[in-house]
Amino acid sequence: MAAHTHENTAPQNGHLETASLDGKNKVLGFWLFLGAETVLFACLFGTYLALRNQTMGGPTGEHLFDLKLVALATAILLTSSLTSVLAMHAMNQLKLKTMQFWLGVTVLLGLGFLVLEIYEFIHYVHEGHTFMSSAFGSSFYALVGTHGAHVTFGIVWISTLMLQAAKRGITTEMAPKLFVSSLYWHFIDVVWVFIFTLVYLLGKVG
Amino acid sequence: MGTLIVLLVLALFLTAIFTGGYNKDFLDRVKTSKVWDWLTTVDHKKIAILYFMSGFFFFIVGGIEALFMRLQLIVPHNDLFVGDTFNELLTMHGTTMIFLAAMPMIFGLMNAIVPLQIGARDVAFPFVNALGFWLFFAGGLLLNLSWIFGGAPDAGWTSYTSLALNEYSPGPGIDYYVLGLQISGIGTLIGGLNFLVTIINLRAPGMTYLRMPLFTWTSFVTSALILFAFPALTVALLLLMFDRLFGANFFDYTMGGSTVIWQHLFWIFGHPEVYIVILPAFGVMSEVISTFSKKRLFGYTSMVFATVLIGFLGFMVWVHHMFTVGLGPVSNSLFAVATMAIAVPTGIKVFNWLFTMWGGEIRFTTAMLFAVGFIPTFVMGGMTGVMLALPPADYQYQDSYFVVAHFHYVLVGGTVFGMFAGAYYWWPKMFGKLLDEKLGKFHFWTFLIGFHLTFFPQHFLGLFGMPRRVFTYQSGVGLETINLISTIGVFGMTIGTLAFIYNIYKTFKVEAQAPADPWNGRTLEWAIPSPPPEYNFAQLPRVRGLDPFWLEKQAGNKGMTPAEPLGSIHMPSPSYLPVLMSLGFFIAGFGFIARGNYAVGILGLIVVVITMFMRSFEQDHGYHIEPEEIEDANKGVQA
Ligand code: HEM
Ligand SMILES: [Cu+2]
Repeated sequence: MAAHTHENTAPQNGHLETASLDGKNKVLGFWLFLGAETVLFACLFGTYLALRNQTMGGPTGEHLFDLKLVALATAILLTSSLTSVLAMHAMNQLKLKTMQFWLGVTVLLGLGFLVLEIYEFIHYVHEGHTFMSSAFGSSFYALVGTHGAHVTFGIVWISTLMLQAAKRGITTEMAPKLFVSSLYWHFIDVVWVFIFTLVYLLGKVG
Repeated sequence: MGTLIVLLVLALFLTAIFTGGYNKDFLDRVKTSKVWDWLTTVDHKKIAILYFMSGFFFFIVGGIEALFMRLQLIVPHNDLFVGDTFNELLTMHGTTMIFLAAMPMIFGLMNAIVPLQIGARDVAFPFVNALGFWLFFAGGLLLNLSWIFGGAPDAGWTSYTSLALNEYSPGPGIDYYVLGLQISGIGTLIGGLNFLVTIINLRAPGMTYLRMPLFTWTSFVTSALILFAFPALTVALLLLMFDRLFGANFFDYTMGGSTVIWQHLFWIFGHPEVYIVILPAFGVMSEVISTFSKKRLFGYTSMVFATVLIGFLGFMVWVHHMFTVGLGPVSNSLFAVATMAIAVPTGIKVFNWLFTMWGGEIRFTTAMLFAVGFIPTFVMGGMTGVMLALPPADYQYQDSYFVVAHFHYVLVGGTVFGMFAGAYYWWPKMFGKLLDEKLGKFHFWTFLIGFHLTFFPQHFLGLFGMPRRVFTYQSGVGLETINLISTIGVFGMTIGTLAFIYNIYKTFKVEAQAPADPWNGRTLEWAIPSPPPEYNFAQLPRVRGLDPFWLEKQAGNKGMTPAEPLGSIHMPSPSYLPVLMSLGFFIAGFGFIARGNYAVGILGLIVVVITMFMRSFEQDHGYHIEPEEIEDANKGVQA
């Protein structure tokens, strides 16, 4: 019930997401979860770096990767982090419409990124670079694909929360959920920065 | 799959019939039944019992597998369980004991005790806690179904590739391993996460970090290890699944893969895992030894420091399992030094336990016996550990029975003794009844003697050259007597365990309720009734120092001083979603294992996604327990 009494007052310290104990737990728990996710991606990166030259005569990264396309995808995803920050800013000022707008933009940018990635993968498969073609292929798709799956999950998640926020408004119950989803989104972004450097840039260098 | 559905419907009918016919109140009856209550509970004390009971069940299953193996090895050239069957037994024994017996028993104790020790009414995420249990259980069940449907995994609990690839392990065995452990691993991960947040955020007023009981501290570090180690297993299993089910090439040399990657990933998880299962046992020992020596734990701060250090170093030593891979002298030396360094904090702990007992008023209860028996046993395991940590020597020991002896000294002598000590110590708090001490002592002595009889000789088996994981040996090379003795010892452990089971049975029949504080305890859990009410503390206690309950008793107070007025208490509502979601994972896992049934797999995943949405949209405000009810309950306890 406490959730509703706070509905129309801006939080004192400017952070609605940690205004309740539940919220504090959620935010801390999510930070820890991101720690686990970091290990998960670290293992995938390690595997990729160990296997990235095992192309078994198939196309190499240097041959495959198109930096222009990847740079565009990177720009889109980085921008979506910014819009996600703007959404959280609006949330803490209890501006529901503004928040929904920026969340919407975030989701659209995420979708744009995903479309580019799918296009890229289809292109690679035509070039003979598949999940089964070599150890390089397996580790590439495992790493980049896991990231893509995370983006997909994030899109569905944020859209779900937008629906809920539309119905319930910005409450102390919604705020931690929204905040945590934006943390997740930033995390995916950071992982992508590493993918961009360690997969694509390094792949181009050879 | 059809069979499965038929079975489910049949089970539903049978419950309907046995509970009084299928009619309109059937659903009502289900909802008010005990079974439903346990299926949907989010109370950490009930989840503790679920963990404990299923962990003990799997402990028995794993024990029977071990018994079968020792029976096969009782004489040379035996033909009781040979070849694949033996491989299945040894794989399932190790996997079951580590993942399905040790882990849940630890989580059981953590659930039962940690919230009480920090003066909390609940854990941070009761729903996640329940989900963690049901995922573990679904995974464990899935893994064990392999015995019936298609054959058990047979590549060892470490499941090394290439042995674990399709080429050398056809059939679904390893698929059960991969998906069963994946599902139960997710459960463990979120369980650990829950305890981290609980301990950080829900400590009672005055319960600073350096006033936390040692069991809470070790649970805290263990949870952190779970959080950072299990994702490595997740990735390892994921990659193996890709290789086996979807034609990827991570571990296939002919396609550029590398089997060493599996070893790295597995041991980056695997070594922290052995500390995950030993640290809570250290915690139990610290509590038990301090209580039954009637002394404050010696060197509390150094104990905490040693625990954290062990946790930290635990991540830097995994290559000691891979000395013979040939990673080179530099890497072997570095990891050897790091490994030996762990012996230092471990030694600090051992001396602290000894000094705690020194000059104490010692009472040899069963729990204390297990704790005292643990010290020399574990030290021996540590000694052989340091021997194994020398790479040149390890080239001799690797994959021999010497390693088997080492890890059973630490795992049984450490973890299992710790869990037994914890069971005898906290049984009254969990169930409100005291276990029988006489039977307990019988249990201790038979188990201790049986244990040493089984595993001490195995050091020599190893030194004399008997390889591990092989189902037979030659006669006339000096291995017969030692193997015979080793098998005889198993009966000691079996009798001890049977005595424990009988003890549990007997205790449930006894009427007498345990008092709130049967052992003259020191920590917060003994300040509340046994078993505690569902809200644990009617009023949160104010903690004034280390061993808070002891301090109050010393000051002449009967209980803790409350830190808040009596008020209405908020409780989370029960939920059936954890079971449903775990069922979804179970079906998905089963579908992927039964290859060609990907539709079933996807159906399971859809169930998972739907339950996730249901959870997300659910607005659960829980319920409140009012002060009047609490006062009534308090009177009931005192009367
Ligand atoms: C002083 C501390 C310890 C040291 C120095 C140590 C060292 C080692 C070494 C070097 C090995 C590899 C042997 C080989 O495969 O050739 C090993 C294996 C093992 N250790 Fe320890 N250990 C210690 C404590 C523990 C503890 C506390 C546990 C568990 C509670 C444990 C469980 C195991 C297990 C399960 C294996 C065998 C894994 C396998 O190959 O199946 N160790 N230990
Ligand atoms: Cu190790």
